[in-house]
Amino acid sequence: MFLINCPYCGERDQQEFKAGGEAHIERPKQPTELSDDEWAEYLFMRKNIKGVQFERWNHAHGCRKWFNMVRDTSNDEIKAIYKMGEKPPSQ
Amino acid sequence: MRNKYSVFSLIKNALSYHENWQRAWKDPAPKKKYDAVIVGGGGHGLATAYYLAKKHNMNNIAVVEKGWIGGGNTGRNTTIIRSNYLWDASAGLYDHALKIWEGLSQELNYNVMFSQRGVMNLAHNLQDIRDLKRRTHANRLNGIDAVYLSTEEVKKFCPIINTSPDIRYPVLGGTLQRRAGTARHDAVAWGYARGADAMGVDIIQNCEVKGIKRNGNCVEGIETTKGFIKTNKVGVVAAGHSSVIANMAGLRLPLESKPLQALVSEPVKPVIDTVVMSNAVHAYVSQSDKGELVIGAGTDDYVSYTQKGSHQIVEGTLNAILELYPIFSRMRMLRQWGGIVDICPDASPILSKTSIKGLYFNCGWGTGGFKATPGSGDLFAHTIANDEPHKLNAAFNLNRFVSGDLVDEHGAAAVAH
Repeated sequence: MFLINCPYCGERDQQEFKAGGEAHIERPKQPTELSDDEWAEYLFMRKNIKGVQFERWNHAHGCRKWFNMVRDTSNDEIKAIYKMGEKPPSQ
Repeated sequence: MRNKYSVFSLIKNALSYHENWQRAWKDPAPKKKYDAVIVGGGGHGLATAYYLAKKHNMNNIAVVEKGWIGGGNTGRNTTIIRSNYLWDASAGLYDHALKIWEGLSQELNYNVMFSQRGVMNLAHNLQDIRDLKRRTHANRLNGIDAVYLSTEEVKKFCPIINTSPDIRYPVLGGTLQRRAGTARHDAVAWGYARGADAMGVDIIQNCEVKGIKRNGNCVEGIETTKGFIKTNKVGVVAAGHSSVIANMAGLRLPLESKPLQALVSEPVKPVIDTVVMSNAVHAYVSQSDKGELVIGAGTDDYVSYTQKGSHQIVEGTLNAILELYPIFSRMRMLRQWGGIVDICPDASPILSKTSIKGLYFNCGWGTGGFKATPGSGDLFAHTIANDEPHKLNAAFNLNRFVSGDLVDEHGAAAVAH
């Protein structure tokens, strides 16, 4: 369990949040032109990094807003939090 | 030559105060070259090595393990074994494993303490009843034993369950697979290790894989903390760390690694002689031979490699346990731990070749890999030795995420993933 600093509400307990998986996976611009391989890549394949990973979180039991997080999955340390649409911080 | 375990060897060794037992497996340094290397010395990896040597005469092989054998998820699960899965492909896979479990102690000459005490799954709402009945019928069509139980029959089979209609999620029925049960998790790893070692397999512990060397599209060997090992066949059975190994070969997998928790109570006298699982309220419980209650909690929803997990997950499970079993209200929990499980989008495993020649993956077992250990090893060995899947694991290929032919066991497998 860890504390998460929601960019809208401030520091809250992790149980208020829902993890939304890997961040910055772009929806294909031309879905009709995608091959099966490219669809599989978009839908299913994940980086699943052991180390610093970019991910989406939702303050589900709070403001219900989505935001991004940079977190080290090997020790659960949160490196940075930034709003949707903002540029990810460089490592 | 491996000495046979028997009542006579027990008596013989008692005379020397059990100080002269033969080592169960050696502790060799890696050779320069092997015909195949298995990455990961858990139950599945050791079983793979065992069947490669036994059924496919591949004796010049090694298992490399970054820690000690059986120290990962093999030693962290809640030891439940069952095969009551909904879809035909899963039923074939898991019942293949269950059939091997039934003769495993004799085959390995190692007591894996397989106990067919039955697994009961509870229904708490109308949809549960429909799903469980559907699964019971599907199981029976696949030749897997399954019966549907009324609330009274649930109470009769496991009297300590609170079947009062007044609880928040009353027990409305259940299913029972009598051939299902539990086994001693460590013994499975040790038994397979001993068996594989006796056939010449090198089991190399404290040896972490750091890289996979490729020549074009073919595997040439692995870089490890104990040096380079040349081999043309690498079978990766690394559970939660599968994506990490895949990354070394430039592959991406459809996996997310998440913490799954379990806990045990202080030991008490026998009080529950079966395994009871409830999907809807997420409460799994059985009792070990030592007398501890063995309780399985759920997974966290975020990726993590920390083997910890969140407190509220355990709290939610214990709330459900207390409502279903008020008798446990004064029990104290002894230990809690987490393991990292690799979860596939369709909650089914991957036992497959990859786009790289000589590189095979056995992963994605998610929250329920222990039950499949012998079958997984057998089928993965077949896949590696023949460079082709066995018909029982053909559906569990990596390409299903491209073709869309998923084996969707989410919710269908009688358990929340």
